[in-house]
Order: sequence, then structure tokens, then C-alpha cells
Amino acid sequence: MFDFSVVTTWFNDLLTGVMPQWLATTIECVIIAAVLLLAYSLLAMFYIMYERWVCAWFQCRRGPLRVGPWGSLQIFADVIKMLIKEVVDLWKSDNFLHKLAPYLVLIASVVVFACLPWGKGMQMIDFNVGIFFMTAVSSLGVVGILLAGWSSNSKYTLIGAMRSGAQMISYELSIGIAMLTIVCLSGTMSVTGLVEAQQNGWFIFTGHIPAIIAFIIYVIAATAETNRGPFDLPEAEHELTAGYHTEYSGIHFGFFYLAEYLNLFIVSGIASLLFLGGWMPLHIPGWEGFNTVMDYIPSTIWFLGKAIFVSFIIIWFKWSFPRVRIDQMLALEWRYLMPIGLVNLVVMAVLVSLGWHFAG
Amino acid sequence: MVLLGIQSTTLAVTAVLTGVVLVFAALLIARLIGPRSYTKRKGETYECGIPTRGESMAQFHVGYYLFAILFLMFDVETVFLFPWAAISKSLGTTTLLAVGTFLFILVLGLAYAWKKGALRWK
Repeated sequence: MFDFSVVTTWFNDLLTGVMPQWLATTIECVIIAAVLLLAYSLLAMFYIMYERWVCAWFQCRRGPLRVGPWGSLQIFADVIKMLIKEVVDLWKSDNFLHKLAPYLVLIASVVVFACLPWGKGMQMIDFNVGIFFMTAVSSLGVVGILLAGWSSNSKYTLIGAMRSGAQMISYELSIGIAMLTIVCLSGTMSVTGLVEAQQNGWFIFTGHIPAIIAFIIYVIAATAETNRGPFDLPEAEHELTAGYHTEYSGIHFGFFYLAEYLNLFIVSGIASLLFLGGWMPLHIPGWEGFNTVMDYIPSTIWFLGKAIFVSFIIIWFKWSFPRVRIDQMLALEWRYLMPIGLVNLVVMAVLVSLGWHFAG
Repeated sequence: MVLLGIQSTTLAVTAVLTGVVLVFAALLIARLIGPRSYTKRKGETYECGIPTRGESMAQFHVGYYLFAILFLMFDVETVFLFPWAAISKSLGTTTLLAVGTFLFILVLGLAYAWKKGALRWK
């Protein structure tokens, strides 16, 4: 399997050969930032189109197909449209907070995006507490959403933000507990460590029953965390116009839209990191030929494929279930998912201490 | 990247700056190429199309606070459990008992809140 670190070390040696270390580091940081920006925007565009195609498919429609092959250039038209719209300044809003909110939402999603395991040797931010860092940063997005709703000086945005806040903090607990279950099994919190630990079998297989329960809990909680249907009551369009971003216009609104789709990718990426082996190819013990063939597929393709697969499931939810009410939403988390998650965590801890899991 | 010898903290700061640049640059482009106009009612709150009545930064349902407080309790619990989970493999069954006691006390708190009807949306 191709190791991307060959490229990075070669490039690093090339730079340090002709210039001092600090300059080389700065240049590398700028390049990483540019790549990050490009990957973030392109993936957001792809995801917006992906959701439209999947939705069209579920509804037996044809979806966008006029602009470019299968409508693939539609998104560029949409971005340009959004860019050339006027950014309206509200008179009565809390101006500073109103402008600050999109920064918080986007920063949270960009930083978590940079933590994902992109492939072998393509890990960008790699703390030894990686997965914990991800949860910590992603909760910053809630602050952005609350600020957006509060500062817009509109009743709909306030209610939308409050609902969104209550929903996101509630479901964050289940996400945290599902992560804990896997950290318990792997014994490491670093992202590379988690991926390496799944060399001989993804956690969903080696952790068997508790890992599968944790995966189900994680996917449900992640759907709620990204404010997607059936948990899209923060932006229930027939009740609240558009929820917390009603008062934003043009590209200002576009940021929330962008972050929403990227968050869908991020939660799917974390799901594939925790349960489906990150960029690790599928290996079946004993099937040497099969494993070798799987190793030929590049690691980035594995990671993206898994993330897109999990996203497909999350998009599927939207068309299979009707929107929940707020009391049902809170009851589902506090009375079902969280107690089940806690019990599941204890079961996993017992299994690990007794060694009743498949050796990873 | 670890392989480049750059600290993860530096890269995290880079990622934060990338986010800032993304928002700032896009807003700048929008300001430059977008139209600007001024009309009498332009900056009014849109809400749902008709003029807003009353104060908008108003009081809201107290139930949200209740869930925020409950969240705080369980989120701090997660913070405590993460270090344990990371080394739980090497620790024996005794620690399992200790963590079980800790979780039991927390679950008692949840049960109390449940009994009091705090988990029911009114």
C-alpha cells in the first residue's frame, strides 16, 4: 500500500536542504492550509450534489441534470449565485455576534476536518488525544449556532437556535459514550493509533456486539448532531422558516450551508475511523490473495468510500422517517440512547478486561 | 504532520487560520462583486415577511436550561472517563469496580431526574 509519507519526507528534505528550518516549516504550513482549503471546498461541493442525487434517487426523480454531465456543474452555478448576492446588514441585530457566528461554525468544522485520517501517512493534525480533541472542537459549532440565532433579533432564529442547541448538546453525550466504548477497546485516543489498531480487523468486527451497538448509537446520534432529518427540527421549514440562519443572506448563509454538509462528511469520517477501520483495507484472516488485492486499492479511496457509505445511510434516514417532535427527540436521547450507551460501555469494559473480544 | 516534524499544535493553529481565511475571503469577494443597494426597509428583520411585533430577544422556554444542566453533568463525566478508557486494557478488574461505582452514582442522578419528570418536555 502506498505510503504518502514518502512524498512528505522527500518534500521536507528538499526544502530543508536549501533554506532554514523555520522557513521550510512556514512554507509547509501554507501548503497544508491551501490543500485543506481546496479539499474542504471541493468535498462540500461534492456532498451538496451527492445529497441531491441520492434524494432524487429515493424519490424516483431525475435530480439535477441540465448543467454538465448529470448536472455535476450545477454546484458551480450555485456557488457563483451565492457569491454575487448581496450580504444584507441587519439594523437591529447584535452586529458583532452576527458576524462572528459563521467564523465559529466554519472553524469548528475545518479543524475537525483536518484531524481525519486521510490515508496512510496523510494524517494532518495528530494529537495523542486526537479523538477527544475532535469532540472538544466540534462542540464549538454549537456556540456558533446559538450566537447566530440569538444575534439575528428574530423569534424564529431564536427558537431554531435553542432547539438546535438542546439537540446538539444532548446527542453529543451519546457520541461521546460511543467514542468511549471504542477507546476502551483500542486503548488509545490518537487517530493514527486507532487506525493502526484496526490492522487485523475493523473494530466493528473485533469488538462484536458492543461495538455494533455503539455503531448504531453513533449513527443515530450523528444524524441528530448534524441537524439532519428526521432530527431537522431546528430548521423545520414549515414552523421556523429556516431556523437559526433565517436572517443570513448570500454567502453569509452559504457558510452555514457549507458547514452543514461538511459536518455530514465529518461525522461519517469519524464513524469510519472508529468502527470501519479508517483508511485500513478490508482484511479477512486467512484469505491471503483477497487481502493482497485489497491492499492495492489506495488508502484514501478506502477512507472516502467508507465515509460516503456512512453518509448514504444518514441521507437514507431522512427519507425513511418522519420528522420527530422535540419531546420525542429529547426522550430518544435521554431515555433510550444514553442509558443503552452507558450499559454498553460497561459491557465493553468487562469484555476487554476479560479478553472476550477478537484479538486486534 | 508528524512526518514533517511540525507540531500538531502548529497545524491546529494553521487549520483555525484556514477557517478564518475561508470566511473572510469569501465575504470579501461577495462584498466586491455583489450588488449594494439601500432601501427604506432593507435592514429590517425578515422573520416571515411581515413587520416584527414585540421584542425579539425574548424569554424562552426554561426546559432548555434543564437539559443544559443535565448535559453538563454527563459531559464532565465523559471527560473523567476518557483517560480511564484509554488505559482500561492494562488496568485490572479492581478499577472496573471503581468505575462501575462512579457510573452507578451518575445513573442514580439520571434516575432521580427521570423520576422528577425532568426528562419530560412540558
